[in-house]
Amino acid sequence: MVLVYVNSANGLSKSTFETVTYGKKLGDQVVVITNGNASSDALASLGEYGASKVIVDRSVDGEDAQQLTRLIASAAQAIGASTVIFSHDLIGKAVAPRLSVRLNAGLVSGAVALPEADGSIKVNVFSGKAMGLVKVNSSSKIISLLPNSIQPEKSGSACAVEETSGNAGSAAIKVVSTKKPEGEIPLPEAELVVSAGRGLKGPENWGMIEDLAKSLGAATACSRPVADIGWRPHHEHVGQTGVAIRPNLYIAVGISGAIQHLAGVNGSKVIVVVNTDSEAPFFKAADYGVVGDAFEVVPKLTAAINKFKASHH
Amino acid sequence: MKILVCISKSPDTTSKIAFTDGNTKFDENGVQYIVNPYDEWYALVRALEIKEAGGGQVTIVTVGAAADEAVIRKALAIGADEAVRIDADPKDAYYTAMQIANYAKSNGFDLVLTGKETINYNGSQVGGMIAEAMDLPFVSLATKLDVNGTTLTLEREIIGGVQVVEVSTPAVVSCAKGMAEQRIPNMRGIMAARTKPLQVVAPFAVEELTNFVTYTMPNAKSAVKMINPDNMDELVELLHNEAKVI
Ligand SMILES: Cc1cc2nc3c(=O)[nH]c(=O)nc-3n(C[C@H](O)[C@H](O)[C@H](O)COP(=O)(O)OP(=O)(O)OC[C@H]3O[C@@H](n4cnc5c(N)ncnc54)[C@H](O)[C@@H]3O)c2cc1C
Ligand SMILES: Nc1ncnc2c1ncn2[C@@H]1O[C@H](COP(=O)(O)O)[C@@H](O)[C@H]1O
Repeated sequence: MVLVYVNSANGLSKSTFETVTYGKKLGDQVVVITNGNASSDALASLGEYGASKVIVDRSVDGEDAQQLTRLIASAAQAIGASTVIFSHDLIGKAVAPRLSVRLNAGLVSGAVALPEADGSIKVNVFSGKAMGLVKVNSSSKIISLLPNSIQPEKSGSACAVEETSGNAGSAAIKVVSTKKPEGEIPLPEAELVVSAGRGLKGPENWGMIEDLAKSLGAATACSRPVADIGWRPHHEHVGQTGVAIRPNLYIAVGISGAIQHLAGVNGSKVIVVVNTDSEAPFFKAADYGVVGDAFEVVPKLTAAINKFKASHH
Repeated sequence: MKILVCISKSPDTTSKIAFTDGNTKFDENGVQYIVNPYDEWYALVRALEIKEAGGGQVTIVTVGAAADEAVIRKALAIGADEAVRIDADPKDAYYTAMQIANYAKSNGFDLVLTGKETINYNGSQVGGMIAEAMDLPFVSLATKLDVNGTTLTLEREIIGGVQVVEVSTPAVVSCAKGMAEQRIPNMRGIMAARTKPLQVVAPFAVEELTNFVTYTMPNAKSAVKMINPDNMDELVELLHNEAKVI
């Protein structure tokens, strides 16, 4: 049996469908455990991705990793799960390690693919500069799947949803306040990202980056110095010491492409680099390059995208 | 407040990454090791600030071989009071966490800090594992940490935003950017570090749960296609028809 933990507190996201699809592809029966207040219809739709049943505890808000660990452990024991799957997001990073100790089950952290023939699973190491195959020695295992590693696939129809409660104990962490900027795509989930660096000269010049992002429906990101000097918010900082992302498209404007920056973005499927300096190291990591001044190129690119969108309705 | 900061070493970020023994071992040839940046810049410096403001003690712990003592001395030079080295190869995150939890349990800490992740294995595993092994609350990826008596007030990243939470000590916290500013050790710190206590502790028997079988290098990127800055329509066309990303 495969148990998939799904965070449905804010509705179902793409990474949810990825983890359920991954579970299904392991070739076993998949049960989903979740918390929060997503509608039963939404939860039942996980059957389309291969779940045979969804168990939901609506009394758990998911803010305390210890509480979630108890909830998931009791579900794992109840169904006799041999594998538990998480998304390698902020919740997965907090809960999967705890569950590993609780169930004495080896954790493959940040899996990027399905298991190989020998059962070992590929992960990124050295900030994406290399990959490694991890083998789990324990009888049961836990896998946290890096977002955007596999395509969600539909394989079935709506499944049963079962309510549960009383297995999670109380929360030790008390939430004082929560701040979520409206309408922004969370960076690790974004499929398209427009990013800019010190080449933009100052925070007042980010309007054109936001325009480009808007025309694409992309999230915005930045290099570290830009976040450090306060031109952009910290959560936009990508790279080795910031957020690691692997979108389908990463457009880097006025970023030199230092190794520590690349470490956070080298998993992107396609990289476009705009830089005045044809020798900028980023071009070596790029698929498409434009040598030119951001202040001229970016508005032209935005116009070209708008034109393209208009002709493809 | 008694604080334990978990320190690991990682290759200097500019190190060349290569493997030996049939791609089963990281090639340490010519590699310069540093304190893992998250452990040093955020966890350790914030621990020192808390101690400077309210008193207490900062102990650093590393699971590693004698060769790691250079990195440990660096962390002492930044200002930790004492160091503990658990004398073992940190085989996997589980093994490492169980060693640290075992030491921490018998030494009564109010707060255990780890970095967000090691930059070599990027697992983000050890902190949560320590918390579970000690049956303590775990706040992961905290970007701010304030102490008021036995209450910790923390800011942490959540999916799509930030959150302020409170938790009572003892607790385990993993530290991300924002928590503190990097400190450069001064000459006095470096001198003092030479004589600060560094205790070596024998490991206890734990089986690791995972191991790396082999490593591979990612496929080399095909050469970059250059596009005329006056022809953005061509770029859009390629992104649509060739790369199929828009
Ligand atoms: C341990 C460690 C960790 C680090 N972690 C990170 C990290 O996580 N993320 C990160 O980003 N950095 C990180 N860094 C910093 C990194 O080494 C670089 O210093 C940083 O990425 C440079 O940012 P930048 O490219 O925006 O600025 P610069 O290096 O100053 O590059 C600016 C670029 O803009 C170009 N440019 C100038 N004007 C224009 C114009 N008008 N139009 C187009 N292009 C223009 C220039 O040619 C240049 O290539 C880290 C460093 C260390 C030591
Ligand atoms: N060998 C080690 N010794 C002490 N602390 C460690 C060790 N390895 C990892 N840690 C701590 O655990 C954190 C997360 O590591 P990881 O789970 O490997 O990403 C690091 O930032 C360190 O604070």
